[in-house]
Amino acid sequence: MYLDTASSEPLHPAAREAMLAALDQGYADPRRLHHEARAARLILDNAREAVAEALGVRRSEVSFTSSGTDAVHRGLLGLVNRAQGRDVVVHSAVEHSAVLHAVAWGADSEEVGVSPEGRVDLEDLLARAAGPGVGAIALQSANHEVGTLQPVGEFESPNQVPLFVDACASMGRLPLPTGWSTAAGSAHKWGGPAGVGVLLVRDGARWRNPFPADDRVDHRGSGFENIPAALGAAAALQAVVAGREERNARQHHLIDLLRAGVATIPDAEVVGDPVGRLPHLATFSFLYVPGEALVDALARRGFSVASGSACTASTLEPSHVLAAMGALTHGNMRVSLTRDATEDDVMGLLAALPEVVSEIRQDLGL
Amino acid sequence: MNHEPALELDCRDLRCPLPVIELGKHIEQVALGEVIGVIAADPAAHYDIPAWCRMRDHEFLGEAAASDGTPRYLVRRLV
Repeated sequence: MYLDTASSEPLHPAAREAMLAALDQGYADPRRLHHEARAARLILDNAREAVAEALGVRRSEVSFTSSGTDAVHRGLLGLVNRAQGRDVVVHSAVEHSAVLHAVAWGADSEEVGVSPEGRVDLEDLLARAAGPGVGAIALQSANHEVGTLQPVGEFESPNQVPLFVDACASMGRLPLPTGWSTAAGSAHKWGGPAGVGVLLVRDGARWRNPFPADDRVDHRGSGFENIPAALGAAAALQAVVAGREERNARQHHLIDLLRAGVATIPDAEVVGDPVGRLPHLATFSFLYVPGEALVDALARRGFSVASGSACTASTLEPSHVLAAMGALTHGNMRVSLTRDATEDDVMGLLAALPEVVSEIRQDLGL
Repeated sequence: MNHEPALELDCRDLRCPLPVIELGKHIEQVALGEVIGVIAADPAAHYDIPAWCRMRDHEFLGEAAASDGTPRYLVRRLV
């Protein structure tokens, strides 16, 4: 059972269908003026239009990038201006590593702490954003590891400091929050193909391309457009948005069941906000349990989950999200449901977990 | 208040979550109010020892380097 959609959602049938059709029609260079180019350009324009409509933004505000990470880098770094002395980025401590790496690469970091549930300290965020030299605030719409929603759209930036919103964890699943100058999404997280990011730049925003220019259809990105993939991303986004009310309610309920069930396992921590959260995702930590052993034992029983524990990471460093929250970083697992997950699926996992956890503890002599 | 540990655990070579497991196994070997020290190089201990104290209702006193520079975490037994 695949329970790692927060890493990547299986391709939506609507995306597959759109891509198959576009593969034979969307190969030409959309900048040319001949017949084949116009066909390709039409598909690209349609994809852009569909994404704009699904997100409730203007078509002129939508750009396709080569990944969600690329959209994050461009969206955020394009607001930083070293020449004008606006090179500080005020960001939460629980931003995705794509944001943290972008800040480390091209800005000065001003990090803001979070509550034990993972919500940013808004008062501190706004105080720091009022400081000198601030180019941008970077705040995610929802946390990718624990699901907690951030207060995007609930504050006004001091001195009109522009806001970059990493919306990768929520795009398509939840309405796009307001208040941003730039925002980023990632198609494979809503059931589109990998290799397509969405960069949103508000009309009139103080943004400029932070990377070398490229003479493409859209000056905000670079490289030859992957037109079939863009159309697949757009088709999946439309489908996911259309069905989200029913699906979110169902997934939210399933995650409630899962959280309540895990809370009865001895020495289990249920991490993140129980209510103000993504509908499809939950994170747990089990005291004294190595994360790697947990993931392996669950995989042997057919459950595919992610972990933020250090022993499952290449760096040996635990998840910076869990660390910032003061949560237990070992014995960690993240469950994220597919769009068609059922109560039986969740009950199956809940039946297996107590035994898995207790077996691992026994093996360690506990 | 005295922060000198009554017992010190050498967990230098142990990987996460073993230093925390050792702490859990040995906490009752110090008297209530006494301090236990855990020397651990594993980066997760920096987060998980304070988290363990929160879950187990003990007091996390802080972190200082041992003589060889490895972090040493101090915990006061409260229950």
